[in-house]
Amino acid sequence: MTTDRETAQPQIGNSAVLRLPESSGIDTDDLGEIEFGSGEKMIVNMGPQHPSTHGVLRVMMELEGETVLRCKPIIGYLHTGMEKTAEELTYAQGATNVTRMDYLSPLANELVFSLAVEDLLAVEMPPRATWIRMLMCELNRMSSHLMWLATNGMDLGATTMMIFGFRERELILSFFEKTTGLRMNHNYIRPGGVAADLPDGWEEDIEAIYKTVLFRLDEYDEFFTGQPIFRERVEGVGTLSAETAIELSITGPLLRASGVPWDIRKTMPYLAYDEVDFDVIVGTVGDNFDRYAVRLNEIRESANIVRQILDKMPKGDYRAQDSKVTPPPRARIDQSMEALIHHFKLFTEGILVPEGETYVAVESPRGELGCYLVSDGTGRPLRMHVRAPSFVNLQALPPLLRGSLVADAVASISSVDPVMGEVDR
Amino acid sequence: MTESKPNETSVDQTIMGLPVQKTPSGQKVVFSDVSSYHKLVEHLFDDGFNFASDLCGVDYLTNINRKLPDAISPERFEVVLNLLSHGRKERIRVRAMIPESDPTIPTIVDVYPGVENMEREAFDMFGIIFKGHPDLTRILLPEGWEGHPLRKDYSTGRVPVQFKETLGPR
Repeated sequence: MTTDRETAQPQIGNSAVLRLPESSGIDTDDLGEIEFGSGEKMIVNMGPQHPSTHGVLRVMMELEGETVLRCKPIIGYLHTGMEKTAEELTYAQGATNVTRMDYLSPLANELVFSLAVEDLLAVEMPPRATWIRMLMCELNRMSSHLMWLATNGMDLGATTMMIFGFRERELILSFFEKTTGLRMNHNYIRPGGVAADLPDGWEEDIEAIYKTVLFRLDEYDEFFTGQPIFRERVEGVGTLSAETAIELSITGPLLRASGVPWDIRKTMPYLAYDEVDFDVIVGTVGDNFDRYAVRLNEIRESANIVRQILDKMPKGDYRAQDSKVTPPPRARIDQSMEALIHHFKLFTEGILVPEGETYVAVESPRGELGCYLVSDGTGRPLRMHVRAPSFVNLQALPPLLRGSLVADAVASISSVDPVMGEVDR
Repeated sequence: MTESKPNETSVDQTIMGLPVQKTPSGQKVVFSDVSSYHKLVEHLFDDGFNFASDLCGVDYLTNINRKLPDAISPERFEVVLNLLSHGRKERIRVRAMIPESDPTIPTIVDVYPGVENMEREAFDMFGIIFKGHPDLTRILLPEGWEGHPLRKDYSTGRVPVQFKETLGPR
């Protein structure tokens, strides 16, 4: 099969995916069975130790010269059986597990798990808990996209971008540390509310983050968006059509960059996203530049949401006052026998969730993050499945890389923004 | 999440003769068996559910007598497919029962190419065989792995880290 690079169209079907048994790619003895044709084609591995694969992604590529003909992402190097672990943890402990999946947006993971548990429990959230969750998730979206800008810049050789992205992300991580006690893996959003109220003076912090990030984004625009070298490197590279994206179940910035205005925050609002004003950023052709622009402007939209939350934050409880879900405060345990019993029950057998099953989806920085939760009425889930957006989005790699150069493959892999912790779970 | 409308009770409707239920929070669920699964999915695709959000397996070994509609007989395994309609902003869930004796179900990669990885994961974790899948190999575990870890009878903490060249204790 020879492919002209100019005429190569991204397509689905057998030709777009490297259909080889896994062993053929690993065992050198088996390589003799693969037909090399004119001797120009070869199959090479990129990863799992390659620095541009964002962790332990391995991509098997069939090359003709410098051109990628077919490729297949091979994953599982970070698999630790987190869905099995979830079956052995109580619902209260569950958030500590899911937060480690997508380690760049841990709060989105905690949110989707908590929403699923609360859906089965049918508990009402106090408004302040909902708005704190929204605030934290939007800050998390900003930090995650800033991290993406940093690593994407690094992959394209723009070291300045890496330093800049990390610098701005640090601002947000410091706020997380102040609020949750940890920079990552917070276990802050829990079934029944959030772990703690916002710290004193959070308004000034948010105001500072808002102003700084918006100012820096304008700087990025000057440094990168208008840069001819950068533009030439990303424009027209790795195009993904809207039809292909929908067929392959692609979500998040990838789908929006292809021109599909689908953002669960807007189209099927959860939390209080229907009460804040923001735009859904959409691209046109779905190339690497569109994906850059979508993410860059999503930071702006998130910053605007955060600014609105600052004005609208309601007062009140930050946890549901349901003694079957929320543990009593320490002081109550000394005074009330009932509180002691509730505390004991909650920490030995866990929150008892009624029998049932539910699927809840939220818009994480990477796309539709879903949680399918099955309860059999005990304190531990019968099944907890996380629909990880990067896991599904990786399916876009074969059509994205088809016909592009190896050097552009690095940029395209980066533009998918896979977080391997979430892919492999 | 689909919103529950007050005038819509959880009165069972049917899609292609298969029972439909609503969860307490208003999510729509269709129950199916292996034989009508593929036709049902095709029907839902034609009905406007253009996007496959999620597919996963579930093992009900420890809770086989779960609540199900009368027309559906409980089986050990289930494949759960969550579909989404971009146009109507609506979700629907398909729960297909798969018997333990023959855990085989037709693939739906031909309808929704995006479920390819998810079906591979369900095969990897539960040993459910998707007939007609173009590349049904293990996806997360090493290819020489024995057993399917998310099955309820697969005990944890027994097998140490197992690599391709090293034989495990079993």
